[in-house]
Amino acid sequence: MTERSRDLTFRIGTGAVALVVVLIVLAIGVELTRQSLPSIQKFGFSFWRTEIWDPVAGEFGALPFIWGTLYSSVLALLISTPIALGIAVFISELCPAVLRQPLVFLTELLAAIPSIVYGLWGIFVLVPAVRAIETSMPHSLRQLPLFTGPPLGLGMLSAALILSVMVIPFTSSVSREVLRSVPIAQREGAYALGATRFEAIRAALYYARTGIIGAIMLGFGRALGETMAVTMVIGNNPRISTSLFAPQYTIAAVIANEFTEAADQLYLAALVEMGLVLFVITLMVNSLSRLLIWSMTRSLAPLQEAAAGAPAGGAAA
Amino acid sequence: MTTIKRVGLAAACASALVAGASTAIQINGAGATFPYPIYSKWFAEYNKLHSDVAINYQSIGSGGGVQQITKQTVFFGASDMPMTAEQLQSAPGKIMHFPTVLGAVVPVYNIPNVNTELKFSGPMLADIFLGKITKWNDGAIAKLNPGVSLPGTDITVVHRADGSGTTYIWVDYLSKTSEEFKKRVGVNSSVNWPTGVGGRGNEQVAALVKQTPGALGYVELIYALQNKISYGPVQNMSGELVKASVESVTVAAAAAAKQMPPDFRVSITNAPGKGVYPISSFTWLLLYENPKDKAQSHVMVDFLKWALGDGQKYCAELGYAPLPPDVVKLELAALAKVKTS
Repeated sequence: MTERSRDLTFRIGTGAVALVVVLIVLAIGVELTRQSLPSIQKFGFSFWRTEIWDPVAGEFGALPFIWGTLYSSVLALLISTPIALGIAVFISELCPAVLRQPLVFLTELLAAIPSIVYGLWGIFVLVPAVRAIETSMPHSLRQLPLFTGPPLGLGMLSAALILSVMVIPFTSSVSREVLRSVPIAQREGAYALGATRFEAIRAALYYARTGIIGAIMLGFGRALGETMAVTMVIGNNPRISTSLFAPQYTIAAVIANEFTEAADQLYLAALVEMGLVLFVITLMVNSLSRLLIWSMTRSLAPLQEAAAGAPAGGAAA
Repeated sequence: MTTIKRVGLAAACASALVAGASTAIQINGAGATFPYPIYSKWFAEYNKLHSDVAINYQSIGSGGGVQQITKQTVFFGASDMPMTAEQLQSAPGKIMHFPTVLGAVVPVYNIPNVNTELKFSGPMLADIFLGKITKWNDGAIAKLNPGVSLPGTDITVVHRADGSGTTYIWVDYLSKTSEEFKKRVGVNSSVNWPTGVGGRGNEQVAALVKQTPGALGYVELIYALQNKISYGPVQNMSGELVKASVESVTVAAAAAAKQMPPDFRVSITNAPGKGVYPISSFTWLLLYENPKDKAQSHVMVDFLKWALGDGQKYCAELGYAPLPPDVVKLELAALAKVKTS
């Protein structure tokens, strides 16, 4: 009886803590909406699709910032995912045991560097290097919409590069753990069927793919909200452009830059609404990735069961 | 025996607490980042003279300073731009402005292979920051700089990305010299720039100008000096080309003192007169005329008297221009109106 009541208390206690998380998320949503009411009432939905940001005239729209945030994060993912996966596969599958711990330590160290330090490195090392690359690019290439505009160094390319370096440790650490949790029997099964090492790793990657998608999405979430390092290299110019050379702007950066000096009520509300926009985008991205993983695990479930069952059955026979 | 000891101890503790409360006065303020170096110097020096007074200052930005004093969460505020009539009206009491020091904003540039000092004018700078002048060898620049072989390269405009008093002073000046700039951009601590890239803080604008060939930006005087970036003289209202210095900024303020409004809310950019550097500005300390806490008010008035007098000698070493004596005289008269009892 006492054991059962202890069980109950434990259950209620942990449940309450879990509930706190839900309440905090709700409270953030409610408070952001409340604080941004003047802006929501004035601009309505047009806030999401107008391209102007003029604190003098009191005209605000989030579109260039939404564009800059998504564009830089997607680019960062395109650059970082292959590298992070390569690191994860090497460490978990191919690396000699002596090298493993130092490599794990070094990739995780990347995550421990404060973003302002990345930003400083960005200004003094990355941006001049990117400028040199941009300047030396042949004229014919510069005609492509991806490379138009003056070679400033500051801009989308630098932002995407710095973001990808910052995202790599997250994606690679989680992918590595996911790969390690692939059952030994899975690999043995592959080898038993005469697979090469490459094929066995490919099978393991396939087996772990939902976890890897989760790892990539974790990195994406991190890239969406990154502030200091990005604002220091992106050029902070709210104009929509497909060019990698163009200075652009992100949501988190504009909040960090303009919040302290915003004295006017509508201006403040517009900045808070920017926070709300970022909150909604992050929520959507996370829900979509959940949905993706969920649909994958569902279609994968019978396959996994078969895979897990096969060697066991083999042993019994 | 033990109870007597305990009672005695408690009494001693209580009297120590009371004594502590009656001697030490703590005053909190918040606001502009631009005057932060001199304010913290002042508060430290003042504390050496009056060890029972501790003044805390949070440099959270001018906008934050205005908000905090309006909400009365701090005793005094500080701002690089005067409060607007609307802002003053929304405050629960009358807020007074006291200019404390002066600053200057300078155009900084980086043109490889040009060793002559470039000269600037308001309309020319306005057209560059509007994106109308895009090349260094543009006629308007060449006209003001005869004999300088200007390259035909692009001008990379660098402005502040964060809201800042520096931007306010800069666009205030450009708006006074160019009707079009006033109409298209206007005056605020952050504006909708038609062109260029944004750097965070004076430090980053300085760093970007220094490393980008063809860049033109604006920073506070002290950052141009510390980073050894080229900055040029700017044409003032009388047509003279004046380079920013502690002296030429104080001259601008002295010129403005003649028509000083009683509340000190005045812009001194593009001030008339000889030897004036045109991109200068006051920075203000904000106080309620009738604050709730009279003990703090008493100390604050005494502190301001000291800062406007002896305190001004710390200006030059920190890159600020001291107030002209005429302005100090007017301020001391205004300070007498602050209720201290």
